[in-house]
Amino acid sequence: MPLNPTALTVFVIFFGFVTFVGFAAANWKKGDLDKLHEWGLAGGKFGTLITWFLLGGDLYTAYTFIAVPALAFGAGALAFFAVPYTIVIYPFVFMVFPRLWSVARKHGYITAADFIRGRYGDRWLALAIALTGILATLPYIALQLIGLEVVIAAMGVQLGGWLVYLPLIISFAILAAFDYFSGLRAPAAIAIIKDIMIYITVFAAVIIIPYQLGGWGNVFSAVPPQQLLLADNLGAYTGYATLFLGSAMALFLYPHSVTGVLSSSSRHVIRRNAALLPAYSFLLGLIALLGYMALAVGVRQMPAYATAFEQFGPNFAVPALFLEVFPDWFVGFAFAAIGIGALVPAAIMSIAAANLFSRNIYREFVNSNCTPTQESRMAKTMSLVAKVGALMFIIFLPHEYAIQMQLLGGIWIIQTFPSMIFGLYTRWLNSKALLIGWAVGMISGTWMAASIGFRPIFPLVVGDVTIPGYIAVYTVAINFAIAIVLTLVFNAGKKPQADETVPSDYYATEGTGGGGH
Amino acid sequence: MAENPKPDQDPDRLRGVHVLLLIPFLVLWVPLYNTIEPTLFGFPFFYWFQLLWIFASMIITGYVYFATTPR
Repeated sequence: MPLNPTALTVFVIFFGFVTFVGFAAANWKKGDLDKLHEWGLAGGKFGTLITWFLLGGDLYTAYTFIAVPALAFGAGALAFFAVPYTIVIYPFVFMVFPRLWSVARKHGYITAADFIRGRYGDRWLALAIALTGILATLPYIALQLIGLEVVIAAMGVQLGGWLVYLPLIISFAILAAFDYFSGLRAPAAIAIIKDIMIYITVFAAVIIIPYQLGGWGNVFSAVPPQQLLLADNLGAYTGYATLFLGSAMALFLYPHSVTGVLSSSSRHVIRRNAALLPAYSFLLGLIALLGYMALAVGVRQMPAYATAFEQFGPNFAVPALFLEVFPDWFVGFAFAAIGIGALVPAAIMSIAAANLFSRNIYREFVNSNCTPTQESRMAKTMSLVAKVGALMFIIFLPHEYAIQMQLLGGIWIIQTFPSMIFGLYTRWLNSKALLIGWAVGMISGTWMAASIGFRPIFPLVVGDVTIPGYIAVYTVAINFAIAIVLTLVFNAGKKPQADETVPSDYYATEGTGGGGH
Repeated sequence: MAENPKPDQDPDRLRGVHVLLLIPFLVLWVPLYNTIEPTLFGFPFFYWFQLLWIFASMIITGYVYFATTPR
């Protein structure tokens, strides 16, 4: 790609602007950043609109904006699973997650593992939940870098030798600095700018490009007919339905989602956002269709993009489309939106992973007498470690690994579903039974994915019928079945077990400690 | 905030209106919408149905929010 100075200038200006906002955010809704719930949860002060931007910027990531249209570009209708995925999640969030907010506020929990520790009184189950969260998050951070890398390359910034990673390292150094300094306030402030930029970019694209192509009919007719719909058989249907259902079940168990939920100022903020966040799902549906527009414009056949497609594969579809149809200055704006779109989730993810480490590993197992300042310092340090780790991953390992790890991440995180979600309603399940179910789910899920070359859909054979389905759904079912059976065994004739929560905690509107509203 | 429920009252207790929240899950029945026709503004049914269902889901969740939020 030739250097695109106009696009690059616009890109750098916006990057500079959000860097300033990231540092300035430290003073926003002022709090003592030496306390973990202030640094890592912004004191739980975010109202409906900020939470909407924060969760929107958090859940719909840069990688999504590159990978979903890339999947549409390469595989067609299957990519649209992202739409029903983000439809079915919200009624569920509406019912379930205000309970997590309430119990967390009541007891000062800042992570999912904190809740497990309090609910089940079992530090080992809490450790399993914390480790699963960290493990599932790290490759997700790495993937954001791929999104950033693709747009930087598309502006023609191609340095030789090890310098090839310099722009990426600079971007991540900026991110690490304002994250360390401002905590969750930084990505929340930046998310507002980034989301507005993304909305402008996508609406411009879906208005201008179909117009240039002579209507939406021509966009869809560019898709190979056999890819325009799912195959007309049961296997394709179960594959699609379980893929979006399992992805939805996993989504709000991710640490960065929990952080977003717990940073809101009231349980009603979550309930309102369950009705408002699908606006992003509509945006995501339109973004998926960018892949079809790239097919219709024919970017793959254009010699100018041949080497970039060789390097990045279908992930280059959207950048190539923008370069082809937009003026240079708007290309810079759109790429800045995607690039900043990588920083926001990467920041929240690394904060969330750092909270888990500091609270549920460091304070629980290493230094149980640590002061709040030490706890907060440890989290700040770990958020740096998480980012450096993600950077190393992208620099030293093939991108394929990050993608495979992220696939596994979804299968892993869903294994916390029985402990977390059922735990919000009942204390009946035995913590050791849950721990064994979790372990079986982790191992069987990893094995199933590895056995079919790290693809999400496993062809399960039952008798003489094959039912393809998302591995996460199959393995969490095994996990849950084991937890129930072993609970019946372990709980037989026993007294009720440890539980520091009471039923009214799950609909409390105020906490007992600080951070209330 | 005006919406503080009485401490002995769970605002999330199941009510009839919560049944509406099951409607968005209709998308699990994939054969319902895996067709080209009827098209709308050039969009095959598969695409516009799922996009439309996002708004249906928002309206339903919004309605349940207002129906179950104490004022």
